[in-house]
Amino acid sequence: MSLDVAAIRADFPILERRIGDHRLVYLDSASSAQKPQVVLDAMDRLYATSYANVHRGVYAIAEEATAEFEAARAKVARFVGAPEAREVVFTRNATEAINLVAHTWARANLGAGDVVVLSHLEHHANVVPWHQLAAERGIELRWIPLTDDHRLDLTGLDALLDGAALLSVTAMSNVTGTIVDVPALAAAAHAAGARVLVDACQSVAQVPVDVTAWDADFVAFSSHKIYGPAGIGALWARAELLEAMPPFLGGGEMIRDVTTEGFTTNDIPWKFEAGTPAIAEAVGMGAAVDYLTAIGMDAVRAHERDLTAYALAALRDRFGDRLRIFGPPDADDRGGVVSFLFDDIHAHDVSQVVDEVGVCVRAGHHCAKPLMRILGVPATSRASFGVYNDRDDVDVLVEALGRAEAFFAL
Amino acid sequence: MTGLQDLYREIILDHYRAPRNRGELPVPPAHKVEGFNPLCGDEVVLYLEVEGGVVTDVRTGGQGCSISQASTSMMSAAVKGKSVDDARTLIRAFKALMSIHESKLEGAEGTDTTEADLAGVRLGDLEALQGVVKFPVRIKCATLAWNVLAQGLDESA
Repeated sequence: MSLDVAAIRADFPILERRIGDHRLVYLDSASSAQKPQVVLDAMDRLYATSYANVHRGVYAIAEEATAEFEAARAKVARFVGAPEAREVVFTRNATEAINLVAHTWARANLGAGDVVVLSHLEHHANVVPWHQLAAERGIELRWIPLTDDHRLDLTGLDALLDGAALLSVTAMSNVTGTIVDVPALAAAAHAAGARVLVDACQSVAQVPVDVTAWDADFVAFSSHKIYGPAGIGALWARAELLEAMPPFLGGGEMIRDVTTEGFTTNDIPWKFEAGTPAIAEAVGMGAAVDYLTAIGMDAVRAHERDLTAYALAALRDRFGDRLRIFGPPDADDRGGVVSFLFDDIHAHDVSQVVDEVGVCVRAGHHCAKPLMRILGVPATSRASFGVYNDRDDVDVLVEALGRAEAFFAL
Repeated sequence: MTGLQDLYREIILDHYRAPRNRGELPVPPAHKVEGFNPLCGDEVVLYLEVEGGVVTDVRTGGQGCSISQASTSMMSAAVKGKSVDDARTLIRAFKALMSIHESKLEGAEGTDTTEADLAGVRLGDLEALQGVVKFPVRIKCATLAWNVLAQGLDESA
């Protein structure tokens, strides 16, 4: 099931770029993935042949644009195992999808003293909306702690979930790579009477996602991490929840009728899609889903696992205890994200030095400052893998890190 | 490595490896100021003792990348023993070197600073940090210590 990485690399025009005398070694897909030509072509083709606003015109190209937009929604729904396409709401990104739930479902259902359970792995996108709600409504936040190897410590889970209204957790950490056992968490949360929101932003690019098998209530993800364009993402939610939720933004498209006295809302999902949407981006996201489906998400997962295991071993062999590697030690427990830190060299200095040889790794807090505080570091360097990366890329990274270590040697 | 050697000049690495004026001062009489760079997580802590219009003592703390910590060290060495006015001039000159002009700082001065005013300012070792300008995302690392110093001088006044 190994991927034909050489063929895949040929699909991504940006990988032909050179940085000085070096080929581009892109190891920041967890931040945003590069785009294959088929995605660029799908968006170009829409603009060149069928572009018009959606759900409005009766002329031919308006009907074509609407059909393509809704076909993209159906593709995205199938990709994540959603029972119905109307359960997929297009948003700007995963952040907006989580905020949509916080602004609609949560504001309709949560008040002072109600409990939302998060974990210490969360990205700011799944932290700040709940802090905002806590400040506005007086909800209580509880946090699932971490084990020493940065997995969720579930020993106190029942107590944390006792009386909770919502469990909102990532399916895969963007820092430690930790893969979270969503079905087990969802079962525990439902048994306690809580709803379940899953931030699938990382996992949707790396592991097969099935919202039905997860038995989640809300799932948020974005297009740009699955090799689609930025500017569009999606919220999947159970139809009956979406039906009962108040609308999000007000404007065109989300209404059934408007009078001088008031308005009534459109059917789902359009009830949550006020204004002209990102039409070409939706079509691009659909093309990205087709691209990944053709490769096969089981094969993508096997590839990510293999590269992660190779990278963990290569980094340990070369640098030993001088390099702290975060997250579970076994690649089976993690996605293709490896965060690390030299004892004496700041992550930004490391990124700067490896950039000299064309290696792109992220440095910083990765929008997960609560987690950084628990790890006890201000920042880490992070290499993350996509379908176009191979063991050569890892070797180049390890060599480049060796240069960084030598450069900053005391 | 030409680009890198512009950024990480030997004098910068020297200040990074052996930072000057590390430590704390009793508060009061010293004044304590902190600054953060949210992008990198750089942190600069500054203890300033100002007496009779002179920066009589400086100690620094914090953590962060080599540029932020070297800049902190070089700043502490440059302003220690200087008059507050000279320290403020140095801040303006350093900011000019970094090619960023924050109206906040200039407004706090109440005077307009022209290139001519700064022409006579000797930056000395600090000029080694000029290479940072070629790496725009790192400019904030270099200027952090100076923003903290400006805040500290304002608060000590």
